[in-house]
Amino acid sequence: MDHRLPPYATTGQRVWFYAFRVICGLIFFFLMAPILVVIPLSFNAQNFFTFTPGMLAFDPDAYSLRHYRDFFTNPDWQQALSNSLKIAPVATLLSVSLGTLAAIGLSQSHVPFKGAIMAVMISPMIVPLIISAAGMYFFYSRVGLQGTYWGVVLAHAALGIPFVIITVTATMVGFDKSLTRAAASLGANPVTTFFRVQMPLILPGVISGGLFAFITSFDEVVVVIFVGSAGQQTLPWQMFTGLREQISPTILAVATILVVVSIALLTVVEVLRRRSERLRGMSPG
Amino acid sequence: MNGEWGLPSDTQDTFVSFDRVQKSYDGETLVVKDLNLDIGKGEFLTMLGPSGSGKTTCLMMLAGFETATHGEILLDSRPINNIPPHKRGIGMVFQNYALFPHMTVAENLSFPLEVRKIGKSEREAKVMRALDMVQMGDFGGRRPAQLSGGQQQRIALARALVFEPELVLMDEPLGALDKQLRETLQFEITKLAHRLGITVVYVTHDQTEALTMSDRVAVFDDGRIQQLDAPDVLYEQPQNSFVAQFIGENNTLTGRVAEMHADMCVVRLDDGELIDAVPVNVSAVGDRTQVSIRPERVEMNKDRLAPDAHTLKAEVLEFIYMGDIYRTRLRVAGHENFVVKTRNAPDQPRLKPGERIEIGWHPQDCRALDA
Repeated sequence: MDHRLPPYATTGQRVWFYAFRVICGLIFFFLMAPILVVIPLSFNAQNFFTFTPGMLAFDPDAYSLRHYRDFFTNPDWQQALSNSLKIAPVATLLSVSLGTLAAIGLSQSHVPFKGAIMAVMISPMIVPLIISAAGMYFFYSRVGLQGTYWGVVLAHAALGIPFVIITVTATMVGFDKSLTRAAASLGANPVTTFFRVQMPLILPGVISGGLFAFITSFDEVVVVIFVGSAGQQTLPWQMFTGLREQISPTILAVATILVVVSIALLTVVEVLRRRSERLRGMSPG
Repeated sequence: MNGEWGLPSDTQDTFVSFDRVQKSYDGETLVVKDLNLDIGKGEFLTMLGPSGSGKTTCLMMLAGFETATHGEILLDSRPINNIPPHKRGIGMVFQNYALFPHMTVAENLSFPLEVRKIGKSEREAKVMRALDMVQMGDFGGRRPAQLSGGQQQRIALARALVFEPELVLMDEPLGALDKQLRETLQFEITKLAHRLGITVVYVTHDQTEALTMSDRVAVFDDGRIQQLDAPDVLYEQPQNSFVAQFIGENNTLTGRVAEMHADMCVVRLDDGELIDAVPVNVSAVGDRTQVSIRPERVEMNKDRLAPDAHTLKAEVLEFIYMGDIYRTRLRVAGHENFVVKTRNAPDQPRLKPGERIEIGWHPQDCRALDA
């Protein structure tokens, strides 16, 4: 791609060319600064949320790993981490299975009220979280799921499903329907066709959707406060209470860890997805 | 033409049979109207027709991807209406090849054998044999995306044959290929089909393909078979004006029947001139008719015609040199698109625009069809 200005560009175009870059830079800064600023602060040697004079002077003594140590030794934090790790993968699994099936069903041409069904399935993404959370609270109380592990898992699965539906639907658009016909003509029953032909081809979409579902559950705080009980206190919940009750920079250490884990997950999945696409010959190497 | 299209009496047993089959997608208009068709074992039958004529729908019903609204389809005398596609054991080749992009060529071919639970060593042997059959023996490890269109279609063909089906359906398999490749593959497919003795139902809108490959061709239009015959009969003796127009190039003149004899009639063209023709679907003097004559059967040399033959005056409008043939466009009886094809030979004149000539033909080459 050629990013230079063509020789015939007018003054206005030249001005816009640079202004555009400045605007983009500002937007990136706006998005990234709050995340990035947390990282150095989490190495603060003091119990403060601000940069100490020592940190600004790059004094090595002003930095420490004490907040990370606190995270890994404090039983409250460890319990929260373990709760998160128990809830997120199961919620992801549910989201992926149900979301993929829904996306495949909705991609069939003969399904009636497709638009309406799609809208309902996607709604957890659009409806304000607090409303979903309140609704779930009342509904789950009725059926005895409120305050249980499965209640939180189901709630998080419902939040993750829209992501899976959207990513899988996007890959289904490129899926050649004659492949399923070909598989049938070759003697494969619908189940075999699904697992041997359709699933491998929509896998990139399923994986991306699963990743989003996982991160949704792992980061979610509103719904879990409504639907969960003390037994399901997840990491974000613990951070939230931590902020209110004992303002400790350990939160910053946790935030940094979460950011790093998220970036690592995204990278791994993206690399895997590109690799599988290349193997399938669907995109040029 | 609503007649039943059975097998010619001298051919093999019926293998596929459409019995009063109808198909409607919306419950109102019939895409396929009362189809009766018998296909013999080992026959290469082509369904030819313009798009929307119902030919692909018929193929899809046979494959099991569409269900007949009425009537019954029999395979080897068994009704198959209630058998799902994957249990019909019919091979199929698709226009877009439909190779599985995430599998290698060998895995693609192995797939139908795996779902049939055939052992590994036997599978490998069959895959190898099928690949050799289409001259793609060295390509087993490649992925479909690494192959050209022609190679992909060869693999698709091998995959449809590897599990040894008795019936193979082909849905415009060469439609996406260039002309030269298409001709090579036409020849290969017919040769292979005859060698293996399989029954092939082939769908195309390309009439050359239909003529060169098939034992019989079913010409579809408007949800019905207009004519079902061997290629030469179809070309030389079209039963109605649709078939005459659709197959090959054709000159049409309009008029009314002036005289009617047992196997010959005289047609008065709209400008008053008289010509001889074979009555095909005209029955009485005064009927409107379209007479049809092939461009290569028009005679410009009067000496070769019968002494009492009717001739027409013609004016040369255009002369095109095409290498192997000359193509001359004439104005005949008020029609400006009358084409004559002559062989490029020393005794054939190269006409010039504006020349006035006289043309005629042997009466048996000219057919009086429905108007």
